[in-house]
Order: sequence, then C-alpha cells, then structure tokens
Amino acid sequence: MGASTLAEAMANPMLDGVLDAGPEVAPPLEILKESGQREVFCGLTSIVWLHRRMPDAFFLVVGSRTCAHLVQSAAGVMIFAEPRFGTAILGERDLAGLADANEELDRLVKELLARRPEIRTLFLVGSCPSEVIKLDLAKAAERLNRQLLGQVTVLNYSGSGIETTFTQGEDQALVAMTPLMPTSDEPQLLIAGTLADAVEDRLVDLFGRMGVGAVRSLPPRRSTELPPVGKGTKVLLAQPFLSATARALIARGAELIPAPYPLGVEGSRDWMAAGAAACGVAPAQVAAVLDPLVERGRHAIAPHRETLAGKRLFLLPDSQLELSLARFLSRECGMELVEVGTPYLDRQLLASELELLPAGTQISEGQDVERQLDRVRRAKPDLVVCGLGLANPLEAEGIATKWSIELVFSPIHGCDQAGDLAELFARPLRRRSLLSFAA
Amino acid sequence: MELTLWTYEGPPHVGALRIATSMEGVHYVLHAPQGDTYADLLFTMIERRDKRPPVTYTTFQARDLGGDTAELVKRSINQAVERFQPEALLVGESCTAELIQDQPGALAGGMALGGIPVVSLDLPAYSKKENWGAAETLYQLVRGLLKDQVPPPGTSAPSPQRWQQEGRRPRVNLLGPSLLGFRCRDDIREITGLLDRCGIDVAVVAPMGARPADLQRIPTADANVCLYPEIAAPVCSWLERSFGMATVRTVPIGIGATTAFVEELCGLLGLEAPQFDEPSRLPWYSRSVDSTYLTGKRVFIFGDATHAIAAAKIASQELGFQVVGLGSYSRELAREVRAAAKELGLEALISDDYLAVEKAMAEASPELVLGTQMERHSAKRLGLPCAVISSPLHVQDVPARYSPQMGWEGANVIFDSWVHPLMMGLEEHLIGMFRHDFEFVDGHRSHLGEGAPPQTGEKPAQATPEQTATGTPAQAATATLEGLVWSADGEAELAKIPFFVRNKVRRNTETYARERQLQVIDSETLYEAKAHLSR
Repeated sequence: MGASTLAEAMANPMLDGVLDAGPEVAPPLEILKESGQREVFCGLTSIVWLHRRMPDAFFLVVGSRTCAHLVQSAAGVMIFAEPRFGTAILGERDLAGLADANEELDRLVKELLARRPEIRTLFLVGSCPSEVIKLDLAKAAERLNRQLLGQVTVLNYSGSGIETTFTQGEDQALVAMTPLMPTSDEPQLLIAGTLADAVEDRLVDLFGRMGVGAVRSLPPRRSTELPPVGKGTKVLLAQPFLSATARALIARGAELIPAPYPLGVEGSRDWMAAGAAACGVAPAQVAAVLDPLVERGRHAIAPHRETLAGKRLFLLPDSQLELSLARFLSRECGMELVEVGTPYLDRQLLASELELLPAGTQISEGQDVERQLDRVRRAKPDLVVCGLGLANPLEAEGIATKWSIELVFSPIHGCDQAGDLAELFARPLRRRSLLSFAA
Repeated sequence: MELTLWTYEGPPHVGALRIATSMEGVHYVLHAPQGDTYADLLFTMIERRDKRPPVTYTTFQARDLGGDTAELVKRSINQAVERFQPEALLVGESCTAELIQDQPGALAGGMALGGIPVVSLDLPAYSKKENWGAAETLYQLVRGLLKDQVPPPGTSAPSPQRWQQEGRRPRVNLLGPSLLGFRCRDDIREITGLLDRCGIDVAVVAPMGARPADLQRIPTADANVCLYPEIAAPVCSWLERSFGMATVRTVPIGIGATTAFVEELCGLLGLEAPQFDEPSRLPWYSRSVDSTYLTGKRVFIFGDATHAIAAAKIASQELGFQVVGLGSYSRELAREVRAAAKELGLEALISDDYLAVEKAMAEASPELVLGTQMERHSAKRLGLPCAVISSPLHVQDVPARYSPQMGWEGANVIFDSWVHPLMMGLEEHLIGMFRHDFEFVDGHRSHLGEGAPPQTGEKPAQATPEQTATGTPAQAATATLEGLVWSADGEAELAKIPFFVRNKVRRNTETYARERQLQVIDSETLYEAKAHLSR
C-alpha cells in the first residue's frame, strides 16, 4: 500500500521502529460478525455537525416526534432561538394519504423558507417512518425545486436508522450534493468530510506550503459554493465513513487516494504525504514541511502516552472512527487493543488502517450489545470507548469510559491536534487517579 | 404535518420507558429501529443514572423488513426474558414499528414465558406524546397486575377509615413520581416525612422504586395520593372505579397547598390534622421587610400543568408577585390550567410551540420567568432572570443536594430558587438611594443579574440597559416605532434613571403618552407619567 511504503521512505527514526514491528503482509483478520441489538445513533445525528459546517443550509427531517426528540437530545443544547434544523412531524392524517402528505410537506417548506429567507440549500432528510410509508423525498425535492425556481436548492437524502448508522448520515448528505458539483478536469486536491474550520484552514495552509495550491473541501462552508470535480481531482477522505461519497466522486472521474485517516501524528502525516505525492510533490518537499510537525506532535503526545501506554482498550461500535482511533492509540500511545468494534467494515476504505493495526487485533463488526458488554466485563479493560447511553453505567461498574460522540464534535484531525486527541483518552484515566474520597 | 424545532415532550414510548426505568424488576421490549436507542441517554446522562434502562430494542433494519420482523420480535422477547428474568414484561413499539404492524404485544401473548405477567402497550405515536404514554403505561401495568384482585361489581367501597378497626396506622400510596419528572426523588422523601408526622404510613410509591409485587399491594392502602396528575391521574381514576379507593388530588406544592393537602388527607382518613410549628421559612421570609421589593414583580409561568398551576398560586398568594402569563404544554390538563389562569384574570397559553411561548413571554414583559429548560433559553435571549420549575429537564435540574418542590422544605427551596435570580431586595433599595453616586455608572449590573443581553433590540422596548446606555444623553430627539418622539430633555431625564428600571419607565411613559395621544415626550411628560402611574 502506497501510504505505508511512503511512510517508510520518510525515514522517521521513531515511527520507523514502530512500523517495522508491523507485518509486511497482513495476516487474515479475525473479524467477529455480530447481529443483535445495536446501541448506535441513526444517521439523523450527523445533522448536528453538518448544520454548523454550512450555516446557509437548513436540514428538515421528515419524520416523527421521535426523530425530533433524538436530534434535540443528541445535540444536548438548545442554545439557538431557531436552529437550522427541524422536523416535519408526520401526523395521522399524513399516514392516511400520501397525496396529502406531499401537499403538507410543500406547504410547510414554503412557510419555513418564508420565515428563513437566508437559507440557500434545504436538505429534506428521510427518516425511518418516511421510508416505511415510502414518502418519495427525491420527487418532493424535484417538485419543490421547480416551484422555488432556483431561490433555494432542495436536496434529499436518508438519515434513517433502518438504512444508516450515525456518521453514515454525513456520507448520504455529501452524496446528495455531488450531482450539483460543477465538472472540471482542473487538477485539484479535494478533501471530503467535515472538518472543524480551523483544522481545515491549517491543512490547506500546509498543503500550500508543500506546493499544492488547489485544495478544496466537501462539504464547503457555504452550501452554494460547491467545489468542482472531474478527471484532475484527487480525493482525500478526511473521515473513514464516506464510502458512498467516495464512489460518487469516483463516478465523476475523481481518483481516490488510499491513505490512513488523519488522526494522530502517523495517520495525519501519511494522509498528507499521500495527498501531496498524488499531486506530484517531491518527497523531500513533503518531509521539509511535515517533519517538524511530526516532531512537535510526538512531543505533544508524549505526556499522554505515559498515562495510556500498556493500558487495555475496548472500542464499542459507534462513530465508525474506531479502527483509526485504535491504530493511533495502539501505535502512538502504546495501548493494548482488546476489541475494536465498528458498526460496519468497509475493507476498501479502511485497507490502510487494517494494515497498520497490530497482528491479531480482534475486530468486531455489527453489534449484539448484551453479548459485547459481557465481553467487556470479562476482559476488564482499562478504558472503553462507547456511546452516551452506556458510559455512566460502565463507570458505575468501575470501568473508565470515553464518550465517542465528542470525537465527531472536537477538532481532532491533523498532526497539530494529535496531542489533544491523546489527551481526550488520557483524561478519564488521569481523573480516576486524581479522585480520592478517603479520609 | 407540523414543523417542530425543539419539543417539550418526546414520543409516547419514551413515557413508557420512564415508567419501566423508574421501576425495579420490569423489562420493556421495544420494537424499534437502532436510532431509537438514543432514549437511553435521557436516563444515563440527564438523570445521571448508573444503570442502563431496562429495555431491549429489536433494532430492525431495512433488510429485515422484507423478511420476518415478527420473528425478530419473538427472539428479542425470549432473549430479554432469559437474560433479565423480569418480574413483569412490557411489550410495545415505537413510531416506525407501528407502521409495519407486527403487533408485538399479541406476539408476546402467544409465547410461553414461564408465567411472567406481560403487558402489551398500545401507544399511538402519531397522535400522542410522552406524558400521555407514561400515564397510559402506568395505568396498563397496574391494571394488568391487579386484574385478578378487582372486586366483583356491587362490592361496597372500602372505608378509608378502616385502619381504625384494624388496629394499625393509616397508609396511603404515592402515585406518579417518575424519572425525568421534576425533583420527584426528593418530593417522595419530603412527603413521606410529612405523612409520618401526621401518623400516616406510605404503602407503595409508584412507579419510582416500585417492583411489580409492590403494585399488587396498592389496594392494601386506605387511599391514593395523586402526586403528579400528568402521570398518575388515569391510574387513580381506575383505582377509584374498580377498587373504590379514594384519591387525594391536592398537589402539595406551596404552603397553602401543603396545608390543604394535609387537611384533605387527614379528613379523608378520619385523622386530626397535626399542628405544625413553623414548618417552613417561606411565610416569614415572604413577610420580612427585605421581601417588600418582591411586591408586584411581574412573573411569567410556563411548564407542565402540575408545576405551572402550583407556581401561579405560590407566586400570586405567597410571594406577592403579579402573574402576567400562565401556560402549559400539557394538553391533557388544559382545563385545569385555564381555570387557574382565569382566577388570575389571565387567559392560559396552551401550546407546545416554544416560539409561541417565547413570543408571549416577550409581550408580557416579565421581570422573572418560571419555566422549563426551554423557557430558560428563551429568557436568556430576552435578558430575563429565570428559575426552572418543571420538566423537560437538563442535567443541572437533577441536583446532588436535597431539593424537593413539595411540602414544607419544598417551599423553602422554591423561595430561594425563585428569589435569588432577582436582584437582592436591600441591594435594590440601596441602589435606588445612592443612584446619583458616581459609582453607579451605566452598565453596572448586579452580580446576580444573570443572562446575556439579547442580540438585537428589534423594538425599543426590548433594548437592553447596555444598549440604551451606549447612546450619549440624547442631543437629538429619538423616534419610537409608533411615531412617538422623545425630546432631548426627555431622553436626558430618562438617562438619569437607573438602568435596571429605565426600560420599564420608558415603556410606561410611552404607554401613558400614547393613551393621551401625545406626539413628543419631554421631561415633563416623564414626570406626569410617573405621577399618574404611582397613584
């Protein structure tokens, strides 16, 4: 795989030692496939970060009161007078006749747009109930686009829990945007996946220093300023959960650059190096920019590595970042992997990560939450990465936890954030050693 | 179809979850897709529970829909019963499962589950909401567990005073306290203590902390106390009809209501109500001179019906506030809220649209808001002090300390938590007395003045003290939206008034000027209005 050979060519003494320990040819993976009760959010949850990325877009879930309550509870805060997301709650009358439901939706959309004239893109987001009653939101979007005459672009995608888990909602939202991307064969590097604005600025600046001038992002900061795509486009995925987006961009002529994901120093360096190499940047130029960052990043991780090294880690399936986090925490922080759960495994997109994981890592795909918790209790790990529903109960059983949802809200990508990322995992352990209620 | 941005209540199956999670020994099998598992965090995060809610979600996926989702329901039920060995099983479905019509309750009914009582829940997700779902679940569960004990028709109702013949203390059930309810944990302790001082025992508290076997003991009590009507009103009515059990419906929040509650309960049980010697500090604190500044404070109240009605009574009668708005999202109890509002000369706002509530709040121009977490946010935007009195909750509404709302201690807690957001009384007097001193520059705010100023003052009436303060004492006349003009000397006089009452004075003066169809407000108008309004 390009990324790891490139990484070795970078000749970084400390990381080389780590990399040499890794196998040349990955052994057949131990993958435990589970089916049973899943304890994962649905794709609607991704609205919580997508709406912040594109302040001129509105996300309208077409669903039930449950959907509204989910997004509200997952967001945790109600600090906005009128948030840029909402739910069109289906009532009994909408279920009785779909023709009425379509009319109702049109009425509601127009009312919403009249109240929020600043909205440029409206996402109609499908939910479990809208899919089960087969409310055709693609047709609704088409119809509304005709009626609104370009004043607002209406797109649709599914965030339903019967089709998507958690971060897959972002994947679907990005896929919905790809048909609107203009075609251009101009050479460019396209970063796909929501990043914190500051992190994005930093990465674009670093690529610029390496000599890659044309760096664009999907999703863009303004929903109307979609980047072009075409034969000259090299795609770097910033997030490992964008399978459908990657396929859609490849179908538009873009080339997907295989790389691990930009979490931790090693992943971020390999990711940037792969992107730069694909754009024809000489290795020496890449090293000149990245080596100081790698050095600094490792220093930032070092104090947290002291807390984390040798500790046993169990990741429950949630955000789909689990494999990349496991790779970072084992290779750069010295943690021992007990089990790495993932809601689903896209072997192609995660090939680089799978190669970097220690031999024999227990990976589990899907979930049977009760059986998985039995394994957690048997293994007695030092740290469990899990969702909000499980964190306090596990803490009460004496097991330290790190909530995974924080990982999709915090700026964690890139060499500069590697120390902060390690700190997120070290903090629960440090806190435990701090607390004492003895006399 | 209805557009919702933030909601007061979740769907009805979340109400069922509240009942299941409040109890011990109950398990709930919920036919629902994976996204619905978010509900766990309501309990583990907001209520900071140390246990997972006792619920098994079938988490069916799109690919299951072509196959046999009914088989998935049965497998989930079998696994849940085997793993958790519940003493009673609730079976139901969420909004999506309702559409695919697997009828999990009927499926469970046909299964051999070793004789565990199974209660099938039919909670219409597209027309009902959380509190209704909770009330229906408690009712169905109690009914299911007591069906063999229901006396035949025509049996005479047991006397609530039979304890006298049976040679024991009287005992009652406390019905309605549940997780995600407002301060229920502490209310139970407060009311249990209060009853003990009256010589009354508590037989069963439900749903909070009860096991199915406890629910089966409900008829052994002499009466039921309907502590939270949102949750317990239907079950209390059924127990009245089927078992002839009397219900005490006074909710003991506030001094008057607690006194009335004790009198009603003791009267029913044939007990002499005890004399409580200075049971609460609220009456004295409210009479003390420091509290005179509370007089006529304009207060806007919104919450569930139980807490909103109680708050209106306490505010108007026990603290001497002026209630300028009263409303609730509890449609099931709208009649009671309307009646309470009417007594205060108000029209109740019954709505679950928080934007409508915010609008009513702004129009009422209150000095204090008593509401839910939603109103706390609205009040913050409007720059108004606020105390939370009702669900929906935030993690900060589940305090570590003992802080009930009910009974004597509840009244103490209420006095502190409503009055502290307002500026301290003596402090306000002192500021009034020393307002010409140079220390009282514009922009000085009390250390208790919480809340950020609103982002934009759309109407002059909503301009914050800071914003008003930034303008130098007007050189030129300023016009209001309605065409009223403040002359330069009018503005200059207004600027001498302390910032924290300046907006009120501005509003009052403008109202006065409009009533008299004046075009220009000068310093004389301001003093005329002052004299007029202070009569």
